[in-house]
Amino acid sequence: MGRQPVLTMTTISKTFPGVRALDSVDFRLFPGEIHALMGENGAGKSTLIKVLTGVYTADSGVVALDGQQVSFTGPMQARAAGVSTVYQEVNLCPNLSVAENIFIGREPRILGAINWRELRRRARALLARLELDIDVTAALGTCSLAVQQMVAIARAIDIQARVLILDEPTSSLDSSEVAQLFRIMRQLQNEGIAILFVTHFLDQVYEVADRITVLRNGRLVGEYPTAELPQLALVEKMIGKELDALERLDEQPKRELAAVEASTPLLEAAELGRKGSVAPFSMTIHAGEVVGLAGLLGSGRTEVARLLFGADRPDHGRITMDGSPAAIRTPIAAIARDIAFCSENRRIEGLVGELSVRENIMLAMQAARGWTRPIPRRRQDELVRKYIDALSIRPADPEMPVRNLSGGNQQKVVLARWLITEPRLLILDEPTRGIDIGAKAEIQRLVVELSDGGMAVLFISAELEEVLRLSHKVAVMRDRRMVTQLANDDTLDADRVMATIASGASS
Amino acid sequence: MTTTDLGNLARIGRWRLPRRHVPVLATFALLLVMYGIGVSQYRAFSDIQVVFNAFIDNGFLLVVAVGMTFVILTGGIDLSVGSVVAMTAMVSASLLQNGLPAALVLLIALLIGPTLGFVMGCVIHYFEIQPFIVTLAGMFFARGMCNWISNSSIPITDPFWTGVAQERIGDPRGNFVSISVLIAFAVVAVAAYALAYTRLGRNVYAIGGNPQSALLMGLPVARTKIMVYTISGLCSAIGGILLSFYTLSGAPLIAVGMELDAIAAVVIGGTLLTGGSGYVLGTVLGVLVLGVIQTLITFDGTLNSWWTKIVIGGLLFAFILLQRLIGIRKK
Repeated sequence: MGRQPVLTMTTISKTFPGVRALDSVDFRLFPGEIHALMGENGAGKSTLIKVLTGVYTADSGVVALDGQQVSFTGPMQARAAGVSTVYQEVNLCPNLSVAENIFIGREPRILGAINWRELRRRARALLARLELDIDVTAALGTCSLAVQQMVAIARAIDIQARVLILDEPTSSLDSSEVAQLFRIMRQLQNEGIAILFVTHFLDQVYEVADRITVLRNGRLVGEYPTAELPQLALVEKMIGKELDALERLDEQPKRELAAVEASTPLLEAAELGRKGSVAPFSMTIHAGEVVGLAGLLGSGRTEVARLLFGADRPDHGRITMDGSPAAIRTPIAAIARDIAFCSENRRIEGLVGELSVRENIMLAMQAARGWTRPIPRRRQDELVRKYIDALSIRPADPEMPVRNLSGGNQQKVVLARWLITEPRLLILDEPTRGIDIGAKAEIQRLVVELSDGGMAVLFISAELEEVLRLSHKVAVMRDRRMVTQLANDDTLDADRVMATIASGASS
Repeated sequence: MTTTDLGNLARIGRWRLPRRHVPVLATFALLLVMYGIGVSQYRAFSDIQVVFNAFIDNGFLLVVAVGMTFVILTGGIDLSVGSVVAMTAMVSASLLQNGLPAALVLLIALLIGPTLGFVMGCVIHYFEIQPFIVTLAGMFFARGMCNWISNSSIPITDPFWTGVAQERIGDPRGNFVSISVLIAFAVVAVAAYALAYTRLGRNVYAIGGNPQSALLMGLPVARTKIMVYTISGLCSAIGGILLSFYTLSGAPLIAVGMELDAIAAVVIGGTLLTGGSGYVLGTVLGVLVLGVIQTLITFDGTLNSWWTKIVIGGLLFAFILLQRLIGIRKK
């Protein structure tokens, strides 16, 4: 591209307490291009956009628009300069009309009074430019989500936008609505607007984007023309190849999948799904089986777990347990059926930092018994001691406030809490993220032991090696669909799973 | 999806559009039914003066409820209005007793309410405290100030006040309204215009619809939120003046619970308590509903006046359920 970039960001760094969110990242955007910004959650995409639009101030680095250095103090100033953002959530007012949502804050006025006729006329003209036939007087809340998204874009481009940032605009749209959105994106592209497109959906990137910038762990991996970057290479660049560092488990021969799956499934999901969350999928989990859930972050792995646990209500399909239908509509119902869920965000959803290790471990069991029947202190001490030893929680002091423990040990406390209730199905969502290698190996060893003891485990992890090491069967998620389920035999390796994630085919 | 498909969706939207008018229309229908009952039961009820009297007796409530409409449209609440009405009347009566000129008294009285509203608005917005508790504090403060000024009622003998109070504007057949009613109508007209045709008004609706979005759309959320409490304070002050015209006195315990009447009128008038939907016209109808209930019970003569409260309670339940049903069907 011989033209000048409309926007350049040079050596942008941003540090939050304890996290280097952006480390000397460069980014360029040319007029009339659709540029995909790719990376896993936490790679720094949002931070980069927030630095660009002035929500955050960069610690160092230069943002230039048309070669002029700029430093926006907020999204409004960025907008005035022609840099508009449309967010994943439609940030409009459902109670106002379509026309008003487009123009509120800059309505045409005569002598201070809003000129409604002119406002509606302009709204119609603008939507006509986008080839949208929408009744501008309808309340926005009565329109479909797709239409609302289009209205948000109409609002964003009305003031002579030069750069349009679309932050995961497609995550709640269905495929025909996405097509509609892409048509509008191409049209804006033809008008010379530079579009920065953030998405988790690989197919969509290859459908519309001209170029791709990949971030990983706050660093720039590279900037590539889409045509020159095959999907597999893109996935590798997003995930990185840091897969072999882990201490190997003592490789016991894994039981044959056929043997594990001989009995009636403990849990069977048939066409289970929820619109906007995860497409209908079917899977079985047997007693003693470890099912791995692989896929990029945001591919729908956690959503699958939440459906199985009743944390989200499915709008499609049903669940069978032990061969009879089971209505799991709330986590309480799931717990009653001996399902345990160790969530991804242990600090937010899992632990009470102020309480001691003992109190945190006893929480789930006490809740299951009801608060009117306290567990005798002696019994508590016995149980807690047993699990502190079994999981080698360090320091081995039951009365230590849990916030003083390291991440790995906190994770073990969450695990202990659920294990104490003796679940039949244990769902582990990213149990080893952000913990050191020793603790990782211990948690993996524990998963193997538990499954040998007859517990069913759904193991969710971004690390393919880990998934492959533990699972009898690997379900691959991509773009919020379960694309395939692979038996974990000798032919399955990380490359094949990665290829499946990249291509979306059942290889 | 093609553009025609989207068009169809939008047309379905157009068909649904009148839904936001449903609560107001329901209130209007209720008013007609109640008036019809009155006319069929009591001959004198058909006299147009009955309607005028409803306005004369409730003009101050109407003005206060208009201010409350602004606050509720943003999703807030203002519990201080009754006390501010009383405080305004007390201050006026006290200052007049001390011989200050009527014009100056009016000016001072009209400044107190908005000032308190402004302060409460700032506290609510900048400290992110629930409007309920902030305006509750404002309510206690203003009521306390009334008693601090005087423990007993202060009569007003100022010629301007008595003149306005006794002025009757009417037709030759003897039907009349008071100046207070005209002031109340003027307030209604200004408020309706402001909500429909000014940026301030539209921002009020936007904040009620989704405050987070309003902020991200670059609307002046802080200014607007503080403004609605100031407007409510101003309306309470005007209401207080009107009340002092009506009673020709300031009493420390007058208008106790008026904030609840105002909220009831606004809600019965079809404004959503969650904000973002409603009209000043609805509030006018809501106040009239309250007025007609009072009138019906007065005409009956055998019923205890507390029946007014019982009927209002039942109506409030009915209207809140109606709002809920409309809200559910929308989803």
